[in-house]
Amino acid sequence: MPLAQTATTVPVVVNDDLCIADKGCTACVDVCPLDVLRIVEKDDGKKTAYMKYDECWYCMPCEADCPTDAVTVNLPYLLK
Amino acid sequence: MDEILDGLTQIDCDILIIGGGTAGPMAALKAKRKNPEANVVLLDKANVKRSGAISMGMDGLNNSVIPGYATPEQYTKEITIANDGICDQAAVYRYAQECYGIIQELDSFGIRFQKDQNGEYDVKKVHHIGTYVLPMPNGDTVKKALYRQLRKARINIINRFMATRLLTGEGRVAGAICVNTRSAEFLVVRAKAVIMGLGAAGRLGLPTSGYLYGTYENASNSGEGYAMAYHAGAGLANLECYQINPLIKDYNGPACAYVAGPMGGYTANAQGERFIECDYWSGQMMQEFFDELQGGKGPVYLKLNHLAEETIAEIERVLHIVERPTRGHFHEGRGTDYRKQMIEMHISEIGFCSGHSASGVFVDEHARTTIPGLYAAGDMANVPHNYMLGAFTNGAFAGMDAADYIADVDYASFDMGEIDAERTRVMAPTKRDDGIPPNQIEYKTRRLVNDYLQPPKVTAKMELAQKRFEEVRDDMESGMYVRDAHELMRSLEASTILDCADMAAAASMYRTESRWGLYHNRVEYERDDENWFCHTILTKGEDGKPAHKKQDVKPYIVEIAEDERDAYYKQRVGASSVAAE
Repeated sequence: MPLAQTATTVPVVVNDDLCIADKGCTACVDVCPLDVLRIVEKDDGKKTAYMKYDECWYCMPCEADCPTDAVTVNLPYLLK
Repeated sequence: MDEILDGLTQIDCDILIIGGGTAGPMAALKAKRKNPEANVVLLDKANVKRSGAISMGMDGLNNSVIPGYATPEQYTKEITIANDGICDQAAVYRYAQECYGIIQELDSFGIRFQKDQNGEYDVKKVHHIGTYVLPMPNGDTVKKALYRQLRKARINIINRFMATRLLTGEGRVAGAICVNTRSAEFLVVRAKAVIMGLGAAGRLGLPTSGYLYGTYENASNSGEGYAMAYHAGAGLANLECYQINPLIKDYNGPACAYVAGPMGGYTANAQGERFIECDYWSGQMMQEFFDELQGGKGPVYLKLNHLAEETIAEIERVLHIVERPTRGHFHEGRGTDYRKQMIEMHISEIGFCSGHSASGVFVDEHARTTIPGLYAAGDMANVPHNYMLGAFTNGAFAGMDAADYIADVDYASFDMGEIDAERTRVMAPTKRDDGIPPNQIEYKTRRLVNDYLQPPKVTAKMELAQKRFEEVRDDMESGMYVRDAHELMRSLEASTILDCADMAAAASMYRTESRWGLYHNRVEYERDDENWFCHTILTKGEDGKPAHKKQDVKPYIVEIAEDERDAYYKQRVGASSVAAE
């Protein structure tokens, strides 16, 4: 039984111009209660945080604790 | 990160505290203060900085017993009545006596509570009878203040490890088996005492939005405390007394009459009419809410649009910043302005949570479970209606008692085979090449919970639920498949959720009466004080399935007069109201 790749919009959006993951920051990844954020290397070789798993309680520590205001928490489409 | 690694480490400590939300940190601080030599470990599946129900803070204390406003006797009486009489008062009474000291301690941590012009605590009335609600103007700082204290006290914090099973031996607790949520490496913690503060079973029912994580409770609170206690052989009390909450429709936050009520807001039907006298959450209140929703006068709303601009602005300030900070975005998206429209409400998914209800791991007034050396506090322990301040206060009781307990005991020996068996169970979904992902196991379990377990409870439906849960369990045990350590965590949660669903069905079938309003409304049975004025205790039976017994309610410390007993059943506007003094 192979697994499907089903697309989903994710509630947490990171502005990768503001994100300082490249400097070693993992603040949002560290605090997320559901552990859904990760750091990824972009095409230009720089790193940014992003939402890897669509399992969000939209509780906002990632947004509140980001030192550069790079993170925005939106409501998941299913309930907004 | 997330790559599955093979590893096993063992550490020893005096007191292991599982869960770094609310009860856990206070337990750690109190244990360490009482015994500074003790090695206290605080473990969390997330990060203690932002874990648990109060991740972003809390807007007030819902059950503060403050001299001049209420007495421990009044509070104990109110909670006994709100809980339909099924209440061992000793734990409630001790809480009521000592929670004021905890408030002062929190105050000293830098958490402010609302005071009036004379510098006195500004307590509000929300409950049916007494006055217990104390707003917290900077309630968004709670976790940060707690974390500072933990660092100062040199508590050993272990983040991102999920406890999966307790270890027992010699008739007492021996430690816990844990797995790293990002690498799947195992950690065995030997401990002389274990304190569980793992929160509610918040991912039991499915929110009507269909979003798995859009639950009232912090979605990381998936019920591990209940499942671990069950598998270790502890007793769980009154699990049929579900938690169901009146929330904003589609949004997972309370409309929050606790904040808005004292400022003039109230719950209304579609005609804008008040239909309940009291917005305090009890099973009886939820029944009235449900009846209004079903009875043709719904939807139900929180009504604020009759209030003055300054009042509405203040309500917005509190409700849009603390506890659920996305609430403002939600209303904006729907074009809801409190000045113009009422706020549509609905009832939440079901869960286990003593914070607002009464079910949970059975504990006494020292937070001791039925297993020596094992404690439970907060939303997962059965002290009724204990909210955040109850988690702090009962967590403190657990920490203090555990500090004494460890003085006289050494590590209990246990069967090493338990660790091998648990590793095999946990890792099974990583050993397959394909199969069913955890989210589908979870979704199906929770959808069945909604279909068959939600009150009003019907025997035939609950029997169907039990049959379907068995099928899902077979699928889970033979076919669940994960690709990384993160998914492995979700698979363990799916297993926990299924355990809780089994317990919810079994407990609800056992109590053949109706009790606690909507929470245990069994349509075929009336309330039956003759046979069911008792706790129900669920344990893991010899056959590996839930076993049940009745347990007497301990003699009351504070007597309840005959005409006060049913005060919470007289909530509907127009019904003759007999409020106890």
